[in-house]
Amino acid sequence: MKVLFRLTEFAKPYWKLFALSLTLVFVISGLGVLQPLIVEWVIDDVLASRKFNLLIYGALAIVGAVAVQGGIRFVQRYTMALCGQKVVFDVRNRLYQHLQQLSFSFYDKAQTGQLMSRVTADVETLQRFFSNGLVQIVQSAVTLLITFGVMMNKDWKLTLIAMIPVPFLADRVRLYSTKIRPKFWEIQQKLAVLTATLQENVTGQRVVKAFARKDYEIQKFERDNEALLRENVSTRRIAAFYESTMGFLTELSLAIILWYGGRSVMTGEITPGEMVAFSMLVMQLIAPVRMLGFWVSLAQRTAASGERIYEVLDTRADVRNKPGAQPMPKIKGRVTFDHVSFSYDGRQTVLEDINLDVKPGETIAILGGTGSGKSTLINLIPRFYDVTGGRILIDGVDIRDVTLDSLRRQIGVVTQETFLFSASLRDNIAYGKPQASLEEVKRAAEAAHIAEFIESLPNGYDTIIGERGVGLSGGQKQRVAIARALLMDARILLLDESTSSVDVETEMRIQEAFSKLLKDRTSFIIAQRLSTVRNADRIIVLDRGRIVEQGTHEELLKLGGIYTAIYNLQFKPQEELEGVADAAREGR
Amino acid sequence: MHFHGPGLDTGDLSLKDVQFKHMGRLKEFVRPYAGYLILAMCLVVAITVLGLIGPLLTRQALDIYIPAHDWNGLNRIILVYVLIQASIAVLRYSQTYIMSWTGQRILFLMRRRMFVHLQDLGLDFYDRMQAGRIMSRLTSDIDALNELITGGVINLLSDVLSLVGIMYIMLRVNYRLALVSFITLPLLFVTVWSLRFRMTRAYHKVRRRIADVNANLQESISGMRIVQAFSREDVNMDRFSETNMRNFQANMEAQTLHALFFPLIEVIGAIGTATVVYYGGLRMSWGDTAITVGTLWAFLQYVTRFFWPVRELSEIYNLILQGSVSAERVFEVLDWEPNVKDKPDTIWLSNVAGHVEFKNVTFEYQKDLPVLHDVNLEARPGETIALVGPTGAGKSTIISLLCRFYDVTRGAVLIDGVDIRDIAIASLRRHMGIVLQDTFIFSGTIMENIRYGKLEATDEEVKEAARLVGADDFISRLPDGYQTQVGERGSRLSVGQRQLLAFARALLADPRILILDEATSSVDSYTELLIQKALECLLKGRTAFVIAHRLSTIRNADRIYVIDDGRVVQTGTHEELLAQGGLYKDLYEKQFSGNPLENEAAR
Repeated sequence: MKVLFRLTEFAKPYWKLFALSLTLVFVISGLGVLQPLIVEWVIDDVLASRKFNLLIYGALAIVGAVAVQGGIRFVQRYTMALCGQKVVFDVRNRLYQHLQQLSFSFYDKAQTGQLMSRVTADVETLQRFFSNGLVQIVQSAVTLLITFGVMMNKDWKLTLIAMIPVPFLADRVRLYSTKIRPKFWEIQQKLAVLTATLQENVTGQRVVKAFARKDYEIQKFERDNEALLRENVSTRRIAAFYESTMGFLTELSLAIILWYGGRSVMTGEITPGEMVAFSMLVMQLIAPVRMLGFWVSLAQRTAASGERIYEVLDTRADVRNKPGAQPMPKIKGRVTFDHVSFSYDGRQTVLEDINLDVKPGETIAILGGTGSGKSTLINLIPRFYDVTGGRILIDGVDIRDVTLDSLRRQIGVVTQETFLFSASLRDNIAYGKPQASLEEVKRAAEAAHIAEFIESLPNGYDTIIGERGVGLSGGQKQRVAIARALLMDARILLLDESTSSVDVETEMRIQEAFSKLLKDRTSFIIAQRLSTVRNADRIIVLDRGRIVEQGTHEELLKLGGIYTAIYNLQFKPQEELEGVADAAREGR
Repeated sequence: MHFHGPGLDTGDLSLKDVQFKHMGRLKEFVRPYAGYLILAMCLVVAITVLGLIGPLLTRQALDIYIPAHDWNGLNRIILVYVLIQASIAVLRYSQTYIMSWTGQRILFLMRRRMFVHLQDLGLDFYDRMQAGRIMSRLTSDIDALNELITGGVINLLSDVLSLVGIMYIMLRVNYRLALVSFITLPLLFVTVWSLRFRMTRAYHKVRRRIADVNANLQESISGMRIVQAFSREDVNMDRFSETNMRNFQANMEAQTLHALFFPLIEVIGAIGTATVVYYGGLRMSWGDTAITVGTLWAFLQYVTRFFWPVRELSEIYNLILQGSVSAERVFEVLDWEPNVKDKPDTIWLSNVAGHVEFKNVTFEYQKDLPVLHDVNLEARPGETIALVGPTGAGKSTIISLLCRFYDVTRGAVLIDGVDIRDIAIASLRRHMGIVLQDTFIFSGTIMENIRYGKLEATDEEVKEAARLVGADDFISRLPDGYQTQVGERGSRLSVGQRQLLAFARALLADPRILILDEATSSVDSYTELLIQKALECLLKGRTAFVIAHRLSTIRNADRIYVIDDGRVVQTGTHEELLAQGGLYKDLYEKQFSGNPLENEAAR
């Protein structure tokens, strides 16, 4: 619950509006008790005393009081909703901003699904609370107090007797919100499990069919489906019990008023009008009590959501600007690894004592087995992660001393998994430089050999791709990603298996484009292709986080180590093949 | 869980769009529980009628017993009042319980029915319908239907009954006063209905805007690495803020209507109260003895009860609209015929030697647009067959037909001389191992994922399979080994590792016939080596069909079929085909002379 108070930090900018809205709540609740009092007056002082000339004033007063109250209530709700929505708007923006600052390590650990539910469902709960719940909670509380006060003032004995069922009611309400609400939450969990099972079944349908696992899948689904059914029925049964008891206790209050009030009327202690007014007032009093449970649980859910949101907001980015970090000057391209070691979790060392000095314009090919640390090595340069030991220098500057933004803007990256956004091709290519002109975008597209394809599309560069747009093949996506990196015109290029799924002809042309491009840039390439390896200025062979060999193709071959082994198994048959192909071509 | 597929959007629908033919079919799900539903309805009638009696009792007390100082009479009537309320509580409890029990059962049945049907549906269905759309049909659409059946019908009954009952009692008590108090009814109806519709539309808009916000978030989160790599934070923040602002505006629109709704209703209620008081008082002043304080009080209570049923009725209208759309969507799936079905008298193959033959096979996805023309292929037991050809030539179709994901249009596919249409699908696929390009990893442990190939396999067998394909090495290096959780499509494993898992899965299944769509995506050279070795192990002693992208696979194949434009254009071994010239040689030169390190490419 503490978190609810913490959430008020978001309300601070709107405190004036909040204060206005809260003040109006008192006015409304005050006006709310008027109607029963007017009715009382009409019954006792007009009808019973047969002063019928006053009747019209009574009728007008009833409508007038409610109309005025209604007008104010509208203003009050509107202002409160405005505050609530602004708060949620701010929370979303703040969360988004924060998510953008969080480091890769956070995203490695966080499951996208869970994270999504935080930033969507949890903020939506917050939204419900702030736009509706809060108004009603405050209003309920105030109405409760004012109505109670008025009743006590009129006849404290009748009030207290009429209130006898209220503690029981409150107790039911409390039990309901502590016992039943959590069960509804469990239902949500079970539903989530069922949905996950379903989603997996649908997306993995080919595998399910291929292994003839229909019965197994049905069993799995049946289990989750039945668990959900059971949870649902048992919870709803208890909920129904509580609800009917609460309904009964409410009516009991009315019965008491009628009984005790009736006796008081008989003895002349109160008038019939007062009794009617009392019964109307007690209804006004009980409604908030019954809703209390709902508000409490909404507040609890909001608190839980708030906690999860703060969990994200309180996560500090591992990689962030140092205080007083300066912008990186224009990079010339010298990259130095100085005794660099790295571990993701502090347990397993992924890189150990890496020393490497790369001159501006040098092309480095990185080879090594899965898990040897190739991707990690590359990821350290733009500070996607910070080194755990040693340091990395660019042009002699420790990269941790400069601002992230200025560093990353000068490094072009093509990652292993191509991620494009649901946006136009132009926006995708200009992703790193949104202000780029169409000319620049076209040049980058041409260099990546994707221009021809894009221009063949009916909408050209404005074609929307992604989920709601045109689907691209793996090779096309890759080339768009390459164009995206090229447009950055960075001094340092990082390519991770970047050319893996383009067809051979394109591949060759991309190679050409690259060889021009790489010429005066420092580049690190996780190498897949013989040509890359051969053309590289230096080859680095990684094994279990260490550089075990480095040198040119020829040098490494002479060494007769791991590289030679890989070469013999992998590249040599390849070379022979090239020979065959050359021969075939010549023979034509 | 949130799905942002086409949600239920009824904002722009009206009654004439409701298709009752689908709704009528819902009785299929309702029928088993018809008895319970009828019981629940009877209870609702009882609850409603009992609920209407209260004000009559208070009137009696106020008009007769209190003025007469009849303490016993007052006690009696209070007792009756309490008893009625107690029985209402008991009845309401029973009714709610029966209704939710029935509702949940129906929901359960619908889900099961749909899920089982989904398992039978062919790949043509999954090709055409996105996962998100299927999901929303099985979740939100079925929920909407359940709500309509269990909530809508019952509430409709109770609301109409309440309205009619209130009006009847008022007319009986005092028809003049009753007729005067009815004047607020049309006002109430018009206000509630017109505002409810605007509110519904406004809330639909809110939902769309929230969906936009969430879609933006989702994309940002899944693409966060790129966002940061390209320093896009500021631009993205602005864009998000815009989307967020539109959501804010839509919400304010809805909230404004909401803020207007209840005050308006209350003013109308006050008009009703004032009318009753004024007209009642007027009649009293004229000397009408039928109007008493008790009558007025009873009327005041009844007038305020108009609101609830009127409001509920407008909700039910909405439920019907949603239900109609949902019914259509649900039945669209349920009516979809599985493209491949077991014949009535199929054979269960217990042993397979592995002889595969395609005999004059022609196949059309769409009528008169054949993608395979008169294809003849043969694989003798233990042979490895490579399928080679340009993209779209029909290689994948051949494999799909062999797995019986689709049925041939003409001709036949024979296994050990038996037409596969005569073999039970489950038994057919039990003898086949299929490794697809896009390796699907289920969320669960690595152990469970491999075991998917043979559910009854022991841990040792699973490990043995992993060892044989060379996956053991990387698995045992993971902190939790075989118990490592891989989830969300196995995102934590690399492409190569996922492939090795798929191999282990297939090996564990130990099929006689192996079907393999070699992945084109590249893996590092070390993993590539592992995969080649694993392949050797996997292919040994089995009949294998491979859509080959690796040169080594092609060279080691016993026979290569070159497919072009849905026809087999060349057959032979690598050397024979190279010597022959033609398409194979062209393809070969294009693919493998471009000096890529791996011999995949050419998609």
